[in-house]
Amino acid sequence: MPNDPCDAAADDSAGPAQDAAGRARRISMQRRGPLLVEGPVEIELEDGSTVRSDRFRVALCTCRRSRRYPWCDTSHRRKA
Amino acid sequence: MNDHLRGPLLPPSRGPLSAAVTSYLRGTGPLPRPADAAAADPYGDDLQLALYLCYELHYRGFAGVPPEAEWDPELLGVRAALEQRFGSALRADTPVHDSLDQALAALLVEPVEGTGVSHFLSAEGELWHLREYAAVRSLYHLKEADPHAWVLPRLWGRAKAAMAAVEYDEFGGGRAERMHARLFADLMRDLDLDTVYGRYLDAAPAEMLAVVNLMSLFGLHRELRGALVGHFAEVEITSSPGSRRLAEAMRRTGAGPAAEFFYDEHVTADAVHEQVVRHEVIGGLLEEEPELAPDIVFGIDATEYLEERLGRRLLDRWGAGRSALRTPLAAPEQPSPEAPETHRHRQMSHTS
Repeated sequence: MPNDPCDAAADDSAGPAQDAAGRARRISMQRRGPLLVEGPVEIELEDGSTVRSDRFRVALCTCRRSRRYPWCDTSHRRKA
Repeated sequence: MNDHLRGPLLPPSRGPLSAAVTSYLRGTGPLPRPADAAAADPYGDDLQLALYLCYELHYRGFAGVPPEAEWDPELLGVRAALEQRFGSALRADTPVHDSLDQALAALLVEPVEGTGVSHFLSAEGELWHLREYAAVRSLYHLKEADPHAWVLPRLWGRAKAAMAAVEYDEFGGGRAERMHARLFADLMRDLDLDTVYGRYLDAAPAEMLAVVNLMSLFGLHRELRGALVGHFAEVEITSSPGSRRLAEAMRRTGAGPAAEFFYDEHVTADAVHEQVVRHEVIGGLLEEEPELAPDIVFGIDATEYLEERLGRRLLDRWGAGRSALRTPLAAPEQPSPEAPETHRHRQMSHTS
């Protein structure tokens, strides 16, 4: 299971949320597109409120156009 | 016990091929000859239903059909002839991109003025359109992500791990009540539709059967694992913006909280899935088997091709003020402000 801490030792590319081995959490960045963060996550917004997701991975909006902010809703896509 | 007596009912046939397959499954008649399949309209109601019946034996089967029918060698022979007809037509008719990058890039551009079904439903869809849309789509959504699970043993390493992670999310992350197929049943309940698996098979036009048959074809053949991955990428990449429009349509028409939630969930879920499928599943598969790139492109483009045909069918019928289904839906149970629509809906002609 993607969130199972037992996977931590066997996998050094993308790991579980609870990193018992003390490994840093991996975040994937792209020039155009969301930040990809291993879930579950809890995110504190500017107004002090928090939102959470326990999805195995979450996509965080970086273009600020998302109507589901802070989650990506693919609004960064090029329009044509 | 008596497992084979439960399950969906066999639907009425739509021509000689589907009639023969149906009577063979009931044990009352011979199979069609493979040559009959070779002469049939590859996208028509008859061939598509015959193929759908063959494939359904790998999912839930039908009431009264013994489970061994799934691996009946003669039936598999007929299935192969039907697949050959459908598959070769798709190879001939699908406009394919020159490269995977081009195929993916085309999916990642959002049209400023879209003309698809979700654009129509978002802008002017009425409750009866949404009910028809959900009834048609239920053929897939009530087994959402099932055909894609078949690809797992055919993948390795990064592609497999990522595909399994996305499937885990599709299946509710370990919680039955969050399973996407279950969320769709909740949506159907909001729309006063029957949530029984297979209930709208007879109502669904050939264009929808072809969409589902494509997934089963890709899922059941290891040879087509690249196409399955391409198909899955197409679904995940196009889902998020489409789901946003469908969620708007559900909100605007007051369809209900579960109806909104199904599409809201897909806006954010598929924004993630899209990334994972492109970078990890496709990326991982190409690392292992770079020669599969053209198959991935075919999977993407064949899906687009069949989805466009389905979209045209729905919009053409709705544009003419007619039902897009083969058999009209029963009216919603409770009297509602939509009563005049319901009345009109009831009067719509049966078309097939």
